[in-house]
Formats: sequence, C-alpha cells, structure tokens
Amino acid sequence: MTFPLRKSAAGEPAREALPAGGGLYALLRKELADQLNSNRFLLLFGLLAVAGVAGLYGALSTASDWAGSTDFLYLTLFTTSGNSIPSFASFLAFLGPLLGIVLGFDAVSRERSLGTLNRLAAQPLHRDAIINGKFLSGLTMIVLTVFALGILVLAAGILALGVPPTGEEIARLFAFLLLTCVYLAFWLGLSILFSVVCRHAATSALAGIAIWIFLSFFMSMVASSLAASLYPLDGIEGLFNMEANYNLELTVNRISPYYLFSEAASTILNPNVRSIGVVTMSQLSGAVAGYLPFGQSLLLVWPHVVCMIALTAVCFGASYVAFMRQEIRA
Amino acid sequence: MEDIILETQGLTKRYGDLTAVDSLDLSVRRGEVFGLLGPNGAGKTTTTLMLLGLTEPTAGTAAIAGHDCTREPIAIKRMVGYLPDNVGFYGDMTGRENLRFTGRLNGLGGDALEARIGGLLRRVGLEDAADRKAGTYSRGMRQRLGVADVLIKDPKVIIMDEPTLGIDPEGMRALLSLIRDLAAKDRRTILLSSHQLHQVQQICDRVGIFVQGKLIACGPIAELGRQTQSEGSCALELEASPDDKNLELLLRGLDGVQEITREGGGWTLLSSMDLRPRVSRLLVEHGYVPQRLYQRGGDLDEIYHKYFEKAGAQDDLSTAKKRGRRAGA
Repeated sequence: MTFPLRKSAAGEPAREALPAGGGLYALLRKELADQLNSNRFLLLFGLLAVAGVAGLYGALSTASDWAGSTDFLYLTLFTTSGNSIPSFASFLAFLGPLLGIVLGFDAVSRERSLGTLNRLAAQPLHRDAIINGKFLSGLTMIVLTVFALGILVLAAGILALGVPPTGEEIARLFAFLLLTCVYLAFWLGLSILFSVVCRHAATSALAGIAIWIFLSFFMSMVASSLAASLYPLDGIEGLFNMEANYNLELTVNRISPYYLFSEAASTILNPNVRSIGVVTMSQLSGAVAGYLPFGQSLLLVWPHVVCMIALTAVCFGASYVAFMRQEIRA
Repeated sequence: MEDIILETQGLTKRYGDLTAVDSLDLSVRRGEVFGLLGPNGAGKTTTTLMLLGLTEPTAGTAAIAGHDCTREPIAIKRMVGYLPDNVGFYGDMTGRENLRFTGRLNGLGGDALEARIGGLLRRVGLEDAADRKAGTYSRGMRQRLGVADVLIKDPKVIIMDEPTLGIDPEGMRALLSLIRDLAAKDRRTILLSSHQLHQVQQICDRVGIFVQGKLIACGPIAELGRQTQSEGSCALELEASPDDKNLELLLRGLDGVQEITREGGGWTLLSSMDLRPRVSRLLVEHGYVPQRLYQRGGDLDEIYHKYFEKAGAQDDLSTAKKRGRRAGA
C-alpha cells in the first residue's frame, strides 16, 4: 500500500481514482499515532517491560542452580521462575491479555462518543475499513510490543550470560513470540467486539476484564470441579474414572485461551515436553530419553495455534458483522 | 427540470413497525439551498443517512448526480460532504491535524492538501485556533471546523444536519452567510435539515416540510404561504367590546364560519374564506367596537405552526404508545 501524492497541472490535488487501500492506510496511520501517544499504552508497555526485567532477574538469580544442567540456556531463562518471581513467559500469559484489552476496549465506542464515527463513515472509504483499521492497528501494536519486549529480554540475557544463543533457541523464541501475538490478538478481537456492542467504554472494559479474570484464574477451578462431579475419584470407582476425569478436566481447561497459550508456550520453550495428553506406562516403555526437535514441538502445538487463531477470527468476525449492521448515528 | 442533482423516489425506511421515512419523493436542483424542515423525530436524519448510503432504505431509491446512493456509496461519499448533527473531532489532535486526516482519507496529500487546509481555515475564520487542540474548541468553533472539514473534499453536494443548533446569534449569522456563499459563489448544492425555522428560512431557496416521515409540503416559502391560505383554512382572530353572550351567537350565525373557539380574550373563527369584510360590517351594524381583527395564515410562522401542531399532537401519541409498549414488554 503506497500513498499516492499526485498533483494535476493546476496544482489542484487529483483524486478521481481513489486507491482501494488509500483510506485504510490513512486510518491505520492515525490509529497507530493515537495508540503510540496514548498514556495507557505507555503505562502498559512500561508494566510489561518491568515484568520482563523482573522475570529475567528472577531467572538469573537462580542461574547457578540450572545453568549446568540444561542445553538450552535462553529457553530456560524465559521459563524459569525465581524465588517468588514468575518467569517472563508466565508474566506474558497473565498480563498480556490486559494489553489486548487496553488496545481495543474503546476502539469503536470512543468514535461514537466523540461524534466522529458518522463523520468518518461519510468519507469515501468502505465501512469495513474502519473496523479493519482498528484491528490492524491494534495487531501492529501487539506485534511491536511483544517483539520489542522479547528481544529486549533476550539481549539482556545475552549480556548477563555471555554465551551466544543457538539457532534452535532463537527459532523457538521467535515461535514463542509469534504465539504470544496470536494470543494477544484474541484479546484484542474480544475487546473490539465489546467496544462495538457496548455503548460505553467503561462497560466494554469491564466486560473484557471480567472475561480475562474468569478465563485466567477461575477456569481451572470450574474444570476440576466439573470433572470431579461427573467422574468422582473416590473409592474403587475412582480408579476406573481416573482417565476420563483427567481428560474432561483437560478439555474444559482448553476452552480458555489462557490454558491453550500456557500449554503451547511451555511445549515450544521446553524441548523436554514430549506430549501434552495422558501418556500410559506402556507407551513410555522403550522410549529413548531426549529432546524433541523443534519441528515436532511445533506439530504438537499446532492444534493450539489453530484454535487460538480460530477464536480470534470468531471474535473479529462477530465484531465485524455487528459493526456493519449497526446504525451509524449519534 | 433537467438540472436535478439529487432525487429520491419512494424512499422508505422502517424500523420494525415504525416508519421513519415514508415513500419520500424529493428532487433538488443544482446550486440550490434546500431546507428539510420538521420537528424532532420526523425522519430528517434518517433521510440524510440514506442519501449518504450509511443506512439502507427499506424501499425506494435515492440518487445523487446519477449515482445510486445505496449501491455506489463510495462514489457518493466522494462528492457529497456531510456535516452531522453535533459534529465531533478528535480532541487530542489540533484543528489542522483533524482536517489533514480527513484530507488523507479522501486521497489528498502533500502541499496541495496543506494549501487547501490553510485556505479553508481562513474561510471559516479559524486561522488563529488552527493549531490548538480540537478538544478546547467551543461548539461554534467545532461547527465551523466541521464546515471546513466538509469542504476539504470539494463536494458538489453538502448535507448538513441541524447546522445551527446550539450556536449563539452572532455565530449563527456568520454560519448562515457562509452557507449562503457556498451555494451562491461556489455553486454547491446544499441540503440542510433543521427544526429551527426562522434561521433556515433566511437562506433556503426551497423548503420541504417533513412530518412523521412524510413530506407534506414542498416549495419556495412564499408559495407555501399561498398554499396554506388557499387550502381553505383561514383563521381570524377577533376581539370586540362589549364582549358578551350575544356576540358569540352573532358570530356563530355568520355565513361561512366553520368553527368558533374562545382563545385568550377573544375569539378565533375558522372559515374557508376571508371573513374580514363581513365580520366588520356585522360588528358595526350591531353596535360592537372591533378591538382587534387579525387574519392568520399569511406569514411563515403560521405555515409552520399549522403543520407542526398537527405533527406534535401525533408525536405525543406515538411516544405514549411506544412507552406503553416498552412497559408491556
């Protein structure tokens, strides 16, 4: 998409054939400028940067315990929690959604309350360009933030450890950062959906945060109590129920993108993880202990990635449809 | 007429069982200032949104300069400027930046855009405030910035929704003369909707009176005045002394009086013709002294009053109905 700067001979701006992406580009540019200048984005970026540094510090403080026993120093650096300080990866899993929510919760409702939405809709661009621009700008911000933070932590780690990372480590870290972007894109999509549906930005923010808290902190309780009530583990019967109980709990947990992300992230960042389901003793017999190749790790989390992309697409699709059907009026 | 730029045929919009706009047939000529007048909730905004392709009509078509408003919204929006009711701007951007953003959305850029922004800011008298944040603008300034914003795309047709609402008299005068200029000097077509009749009647070439989604009268203001008179509803206000019982009987007995009502200190006589000669003769013959004899209907106030009063009564009725429905649900 390039922005044409055409002038006719008289010095009058020419504009008879507006390029299809011209409006979207201008919109995207303005949205990005808005986001980058907004205090709340700076606040959240600062928060995540502090979390990154804290996670790094926590991992480094225990480095003497694990440095000799692993072949993947940098992956361990991202996933090891220190004394009472969670790892960078779990910080991202917890706090990342907040970034997605902050970037999107008033995307459309703000235009509506400012009274700029109908003015914007009266410009020569397709109506979906507005919502596409909102989503794309949020996505761009997410990619920028996640990669900036990831590379920052990696660089600080290199300085601290003094050993160059291997190719596989870098590949796994980039895969992890991409996965994080997909995860945050889901929350962006969800918060944009609320911003379309809710009249007030506050309602939309609260709805987004409520869902975030529920899926991140309470879903596991729901899953375990549901599994326990359907397949009780007491007595003799419990022995027969064990597998069904575990599978149900896992399935319910996997509804939450938080769990999907955590599972996928730990698989990608830890080559020791060889399976993400139930493994029986008979399946394990004869297995050679070793690291899983990167490709196989990716294969293992492929369903998770597809699932998260699908959830994002559903959220964005719903907000797209809702926005297109809404009345444009103050 | 061959120079018609905006035309609607049977344009209809229904929301559930509420008909917001009811088979509207409207045509506006090039370079004309057309006023769409009506009380709140008459369907003016819905009509303007349909003309811009922002709302899909339930039935009927609208076209501007040969482009269908529903099927070719981009072509429409390229040449039609829209100044919404209570126009808003991004408060953390300056007036100039807001205009620049609109210019870019319209595919403009570079020095040509900057020059145009400068010229427009001068024209609407916002040069001094151009680099202040739009969030600090007063309502009148926002409205003027809105006019500049509309003109960025050099529109052939400008649609304004309640442009004079909430502006002080001085600002109103400036805005109205600006609007007049846009039509007279730039040959742009202007469609403006309003319920503030007095301000709008000064600048409109033609008006359409819009009530309950229907265009009940349309034409130059002078013509509408004649129309109401010839429609056979003359109202004569009368005061005479002594104001006794006998006077009422006398008046009732008069030929051609359809209705007689007591209003304030006098009487109002509805009739199908001008009763003044006969009434004055009658009064003098019976020894009454006429205090006041005033024929309603000639001035604009009366035209509007006549149409709007009717609409207002129906309006109250429909709100009451709506409320009842909501309570039932």
